[in-house]
Amino acid sequence: MANYIFKRLIAMFPVMLGLTVIVFTIMAMIPGDPALAILGSYATPENVEKLNRDLGLDKPLVEQYLIWLGNLLTGDLGRSYNLNRPVLDEVLERFSATLILAGASLLLCSILGLLAGVISAVHQFGWADRAITFLVLIGISMPSFWLGLLLILVFAVNLKWLPASGMYAIYGGGDLADLFSHLLLPAFTLAVVATGVIARLTRASMLEVLRQDYIRTARAKGVAERSVIYKHAFKAALVTVIPVIGIQAGLVLGGAVYIETVFQWPGIGRMLVKAISTRDILLVQGGVLVVAASYVLFNLLADVVQHLLDPRLKS
Amino acid sequence: MKRLLNWAKRLSVAAIIVSACALPFSQVLAQTPPNVLVVGQIAEPKSLDPQAVTAVNDFRILMNVYDGLVRYKDGALEVEPSLATSWTISEGGTVYTFKLRDGVSFHDGTPFNADAVKFNFDRMLDEKHPYHNTGPFPLSFFFSAVDKVTTIDDSTVQFKLKNPYAPFLSNLAYPTGLIVSPAGVKKHGKDFGRNPVGTGAFKFAEWESNAKIVVTRNDNYWDGAAKLEAVVFRPITDGNTRVAEMLSGGIDMMVEVPPDSVAKFDGQPGYQLFEQAGPHVWFLILNIKEGPFADKRVRQAANYAINKKALVENVLQGTAAIAAGPTPPAFSWAYNDALQPYPYDPEKAKSLIKAAGADGAELTFYVTEGGSGMLDPVPMGAAIQADLAKIGLKVKIETYEWNTFLGKVNPGLEGKADMAEMAWMTNDPDTLPYLALRTGAWPDKGGFNSGYYSNPEVDDLLEAARSSTDQSERATLYKKMQTIVQEDAPWVFVANWKQNAVTSSAVKNFALQPSFFLTLHKTTK
Repeated sequence: MANYIFKRLIAMFPVMLGLTVIVFTIMAMIPGDPALAILGSYATPENVEKLNRDLGLDKPLVEQYLIWLGNLLTGDLGRSYNLNRPVLDEVLERFSATLILAGASLLLCSILGLLAGVISAVHQFGWADRAITFLVLIGISMPSFWLGLLLILVFAVNLKWLPASGMYAIYGGGDLADLFSHLLLPAFTLAVVATGVIARLTRASMLEVLRQDYIRTARAKGVAERSVIYKHAFKAALVTVIPVIGIQAGLVLGGAVYIETVFQWPGIGRMLVKAISTRDILLVQGGVLVVAASYVLFNLLADVVQHLLDPRLKS
Repeated sequence: MKRLLNWAKRLSVAAIIVSACALPFSQVLAQTPPNVLVVGQIAEPKSLDPQAVTAVNDFRILMNVYDGLVRYKDGALEVEPSLATSWTISEGGTVYTFKLRDGVSFHDGTPFNADAVKFNFDRMLDEKHPYHNTGPFPLSFFFSAVDKVTTIDDSTVQFKLKNPYAPFLSNLAYPTGLIVSPAGVKKHGKDFGRNPVGTGAFKFAEWESNAKIVVTRNDNYWDGAAKLEAVVFRPITDGNTRVAEMLSGGIDMMVEVPPDSVAKFDGQPGYQLFEQAGPHVWFLILNIKEGPFADKRVRQAANYAINKKALVENVLQGTAAIAAGPTPPAFSWAYNDALQPYPYDPEKAKSLIKAAGADGAELTFYVTEGGSGMLDPVPMGAAIQADLAKIGLKVKIETYEWNTFLGKVNPGLEGKADMAEMAWMTNDPDTLPYLALRTGAWPDKGGFNSGYYSNPEVDDLLEAARSSTDQSERATLYKKMQTIVQEDAPWVFVANWKQNAVTSSAVKNFALQPSFFLTLHKTTK
């Protein structure tokens, strides 16, 4: 097992290196440069040239990349042109905010999705199944940024129960309860689509397992029904569902870009959008590196859990 | 199975209890603290080093933390004394001598004096200055006319200019001219922008990235301490979220209300809506070098054909006024009141098009998706396209993201397009025409005259107005320039943006400034 994890971690490096080359090339290829973005309508060729020189962007592209790579090896991700602070500080700060949001949302969608899927499968074609299938369909089809705005309208503007945006209260607050009240709406919004996907998959997987011979045998033996469902069927179904939760983790990270914008969550998605539009290459590089690494790690984690759950894979 | 269902029930009950617990708590949160003003900004500032930034969004904070040698009068774009109490200008207009205010200290306790002023301008302009590396300073060219700064004595400082340059005083009132603490720069170096120290009405207290910037009252402010205890600036980039925060009571003031949301606040109890026309002009650059717009009649036809009233009232929902010429009316002293906007007259436009033989001409129109001061560029572009179609001009729109758009428009439209959207905000009436209407400002000469307008008479007027230090003479020259440019129609003059803001009704003594800056010194809550 340890060997397997080690191999997977080693395999990460070429992926990440390739990614930085791709990001660097794309950022260099899209028109406009940081100086143009900073100067806006004052961007005369003369001013742009001077600012690019001040920013160190007048060097050849390959040289810029190699300088960046060299600094990376010493743990220096460079300085953002637009935020005027070290990329590493900004990325870590933002990423922890995203992790809180994505983590809460992943927890929420796993619990709700599995629960809904199991109930749905056990009561196949019953009223609970129909209701859940209907809700799941709505959840999957609804654009999440729109749902987010709707929730703000209901819970923040009309009912005034929850704050409309941000991560902490701007004055006072800052404790766990404060974070929780700010987290509720965005985490739920972000979880909706993934919940739907997990619920549908759990349902299908449970139905398949429930038709297996060993379930019939268990029932024939007189094992209690809840034990059949929970111990025998659910555990087996989980093996198919776990990798999908891993993939959902990636999607939740991606979806965070919209949700962070709607709820002004100070996460890495919002940072990346701004960094791209201001051509802040180093910040984009730093952000993409962290997001990609976490995506790979999430998938690895899902694989490991699957290995642990599935006796067939253990050997 | 029953147990599973029971579990689900228990879970939902728990969820309800948890949200109920959050309820009374967050209702308290929704109210902002007393005597602290919470402002919803449009973005996180880049830096709070006034020499390092370019965006109005950042200026709004800076104007409350720093002072310049001079500042704009309340409600006007004319300068008055600030950190300098008086000044003299030499005969030729190249030597400015400022008498500085005594007894003023920076927030870090170090004295404001002639050395501090010299440090500020040397840091920005002298590439060999030990603290020049705390930049870059993208707008330092505002002071490129400065040759040398000399300290005469502790409270007298002299600027020697390379050539007479009338906008100099006005540029000193701009954020690029705000005075920072030399000790602060020396202490924080490159991170000064996150640890700002000025002399202003509020001193910097805290910057929590992407959440808030807090400034607190400077009790020793030379112009009288502010009433507010503190101001909190919150970056809320999404316009709809900003509106939702205003409606839910999470902020006391929001700037740049989206046009669609103005009605939610206008005349509603509990809110006050502020509007102020600013030094902004939204126009279309026409390519005069080639194609149909080389003919003045076609350019005038475009000005007659576009229904500017419909644009400002329907598309922009009253958040802008119709522009008459190249100079915004906010520069009241330099603005030609006699100028009437081109009326909406499609019949006249059609006859001009016919006379020029441009009937059915095909035009390429560069439209941007957004950008500083561009208002609502996509719907505006579509409305303009429809208006021009009515007089028989076939307009093909090409839409680009802002940076890409600038990369295409700034080097000139030749061989690419016939017209392009553009907007400018400046702090003086000199900059825009000088950089965008002069023959010497064609793109290949380093200017922004992307449509290649050239009129020697306008060139002479602009040069003369820029070097004269007599304001009434400058006004006469600029008024004449506006008449000629309006007749020549190198642009379609469309709109002057009215900046807006909403505050809760508890906020008093607040007004928007024509400079688009935000000054909260006298505001109360």
